[in-house]
Amino acid sequence: MAYKREIDRLPIPPADAKVTSAVCHYCIVGCGYKVYSWDINRQGGTDPATNAFGADLAVQQRVETPNWFAPAMYNVVKQDGRDVHLVLKPDHDCVVNAGLGSIRGARQGELSYSEVTGTQAQRLKDPLVWRYSGLHPTSWDDALDLVAEVTRRVVEDQGEDGLLVSAFDHGGAGGGYENTWATGKLYFESMKVRNIRIHNRPAYNSEVHGSRDMGVGELNNCYEDAQLADTIVCIGANPLEAQTNYFLNHWIPNLRGSTLEKKQAELPDEPHDRARIIFVDPRWTVSINASVIEAGRDRVLHLPIKSGTDLALFNALTTVIADQGWVDHAFIAAHTAGYDEMLQANRTTPEQAATITGLSPEQIRTAAAWIAEPKAGGKRRRTMIVYEKGLIWGNDNYRTNQALVNIALATGNIGRAGGGCVRMGGHQEGYVRPSDAHIGRPAPYVDQLIIQGKGGVHHIWACDHFKTTLNATEFRNAYKRRTDLVKYAVESVPYADRARLIDAIMGAIRQGGLFSVNVDIVPTKIGAHSHVVLPAATSGEMNLTSMNGERRMRLTERYMDPPGRALPDCLIVARLAQKLEESWRRAGKPEIADRFKGYDWQTEEDAFMDGFHRHANGGEHVTYERLRAAGTNGFQEPAVGVEDGRIVGTKRLYSDGRFGTADGRARFAASPWRGLEAAGKEQERDRFPYLINNGRANHVWQSIYLDQASDFVMDRWPYPFLEINPADMAELGVKAGDIVEIFNDNGATQAMVYPTPTARRKETFMLFAYPTGVQGNVVSAGVNELIIPNYKQTWGNIRKLADAPEATRHLTFKSKDYRVA
Amino acid sequence: MERECKNLAEVGRRQFLKGSVAVAGAATATVSTQTAAAPRAPGVEYPVVRLANLADLVVDQPLRIRYPDRRSPGALIKLGVPAEGGVGPDGDVVAFSTMCPHQGIPLNYVAADKTLNCFSHYSRFDCEKAGFQIWGHATQNLTQFRLRVDDAGEIFAEGMDDLIFGRLSNVLDV
Repeated sequence: MAYKREIDRLPIPPADAKVTSAVCHYCIVGCGYKVYSWDINRQGGTDPATNAFGADLAVQQRVETPNWFAPAMYNVVKQDGRDVHLVLKPDHDCVVNAGLGSIRGARQGELSYSEVTGTQAQRLKDPLVWRYSGLHPTSWDDALDLVAEVTRRVVEDQGEDGLLVSAFDHGGAGGGYENTWATGKLYFESMKVRNIRIHNRPAYNSEVHGSRDMGVGELNNCYEDAQLADTIVCIGANPLEAQTNYFLNHWIPNLRGSTLEKKQAELPDEPHDRARIIFVDPRWTVSINASVIEAGRDRVLHLPIKSGTDLALFNALTTVIADQGWVDHAFIAAHTAGYDEMLQANRTTPEQAATITGLSPEQIRTAAAWIAEPKAGGKRRRTMIVYEKGLIWGNDNYRTNQALVNIALATGNIGRAGGGCVRMGGHQEGYVRPSDAHIGRPAPYVDQLIIQGKGGVHHIWACDHFKTTLNATEFRNAYKRRTDLVKYAVESVPYADRARLIDAIMGAIRQGGLFSVNVDIVPTKIGAHSHVVLPAATSGEMNLTSMNGERRMRLTERYMDPPGRALPDCLIVARLAQKLEESWRRAGKPEIADRFKGYDWQTEEDAFMDGFHRHANGGEHVTYERLRAAGTNGFQEPAVGVEDGRIVGTKRLYSDGRFGTADGRARFAASPWRGLEAAGKEQERDRFPYLINNGRANHVWQSIYLDQASDFVMDRWPYPFLEINPADMAELGVKAGDIVEIFNDNGATQAMVYPTPTARRKETFMLFAYPTGVQGNVVSAGVNELIIPNYKQTWGNIRKLADAPEATRHLTFKSKDYRVA
Repeated sequence: MERECKNLAEVGRRQFLKGSVAVAGAATATVSTQTAAAPRAPGVEYPVVRLANLADLVVDQPLRIRYPDRRSPGALIKLGVPAEGGVGPDGDVVAFSTMCPHQGIPLNYVAADKTLNCFSHYSRFDCEKAGFQIWGHATQNLTQFRLRVDDAGEIFAEGMDDLIFGRLSNVLDV
């Protein structure tokens, strides 16, 4: 039976309900929300004068009404110690989402911590320490004292390379400018930690070094460009699922032709039509299906390449565009360097690329024409190019990224209305930290250091590598082995005998043990092996600033209390820094202790002012007060000034033709094809029959850490799905809902069979990073030269484990693709 | 009237606050009950409304219905195969709200795979599986109407299993 809440009415927000602004804390799009809260003992009425919407709620509200909220948008939470009703409702006045809520963001209410309704009871509420074979509560003072003492002792023994760090580097929940600054200040200013990795990759590196090295920042356009483009090119991305309301509110109108008036008004000197769209993706997706529904088959070009061959396609597109004379010579001459050398190095005929990619030469020529063939009257075509994990976590990340930016530069499509060459993004962004230059390139491969027994203490900030790293089987086994050594040591002495406890821990570390400190909002799989677990607050439980995929910065105002004794990460950092200062001073090293000064923040706003305000480009114009006034529309970074109290932002980057290089000229890049580049990938492809492609799903995109405690979501996806062609299912002897094992030389994992007629034979697609079946178990340790993981090119075997269990028998397995009646 | 309204609202809130245990119990009751309204915690009082007679139904040709009042459109469908929550001699007659719980867009029935579909945002619901959202943006599965069939084949709606779009009380005139 499908999950139902059995709710037949909800409380009405009274006219004087408190209303504040919030931004969805899950994905990059950052939809605007309005937060209504009011005392638990009150509610409004149906009369317009008595409710917060000013609407007659005794009657049925119209389609797309702003005067309604779903049960999942509602909860009862604590606000300054008192129970209040809470509604988080999509903001109809936000230019990002215009009232649309995704299946994730529109559940923020229900996914809040509530002692009354019992939601998110999983949240961490107290600092926990490992003692007597379990994780048990202690005081902040005790927990942080232990962390500081062990950390200091390890650094004394091994230097700062003995401290391994895993940390978020993004915005939204588990991040934000306040918290990235705080962690950055601790590890890059007070210390110079090199052995640090990011939440979703095994080193401290950009996922888009390729683009940045050409002088092109990866978030360079605005969402409105999707409404203005003549052609949209979407590579390795599935925006209807993963950037839902950006796609629905900005792409779809262009595909339908409903932005023609806007195009005509803003760009009057050229002909306009509704958009064409090109998808580069080995598989058929709901995004492609929706585009065909809206734009028609003749305006959608799906290029189902062989997995990992994007680079060859891009070089062929550049070659065709150049040979046809469709390049923007004036732009190239004025704003770039290296075009001729690039073209010579990358020259690839459509026929050559067809052999590599499995496409036809004709498909490649058509794509080139859609991208660059001039419009009537010789006007340049406006082409917006977007990419995400299909490219970023795919073969030869650096060169493939550059080969794509080559196309955008050659056609003059960066810094121009209707253009851009951008990543779609995962989390929101929220990065401001002291320089990381001491880390160097390539950055240390931290997972390998852990596997090799290096380092003695591991600080983890909102990461769960057991679910979200590559080579996860080996990593997990090594991690358990090393942290267990410390657990045995802890249990060999009384916990309260601090001196003996520290000595025992240090003894275990010298034997190859690893002391693990985990800061998170919920229990994690890696955190189950930690010795200290620290409870953090999330967005809404603290004031939090971030920017979205068009660099739109907003403040989510605190609307509820964090659970128990949880604290914002930035304030945890401050307390830890103070403990480290004390520890070094006790150890007789005042010169080191002094490096940990400067953390006297009382609030997250203090951390914001110390970090973003003082250090971000344009940060001096930005304060909480101004962001509060700017509401859910905020401003687009970088800020360039303030007019009448309003922050003035930047709609598009590089609109002046000056790029991020010393001379302001963007650099073309030579990026010839070199096959599957990461070590071992070619052999894996040759040895195993099934491509185990992988990615995200609508229900849980950037929200699974909370959704693992959501009845609604776990009812739909009790196990990660494995989309597979029915003919392959027949060959394997499996049915819908059966549990299968996926295995190769790297490890094994499990998934639930989801029949998918559009899947190509022997090309499966598995839900990534899922708690009940970790795809990373079967991903090899192979990375690119800058330590970027390659999840997408994974091959394995599949075999049946079990008939559909009870948890999957009631599910629907019909096609995810919308159908016309 | 004013007093009654407030009382009922409070009851509704308390019902919600019972949390997932109460919800699971109610859901189980729905599956096993075909001829009478499921026993449920106090909530709004649902009207009993005659929708059609079994003889009016043709497989895969939904009848437009209104429940619990004329402003709330739904579909009464004979699926031709037994379904979750289905009534009638073949256990295949079901009814759903046809306002998408995402944004209230009218849902269209696709006979080829017995689904209800939103043309605006592409959400899909499985009529054979109690309105399970196959894919989409709604934060709930599709609200199913509880049906009863009497000896003469008359089909009545007697309640529903979740909030319908566009109203904060499923029954408005209380």
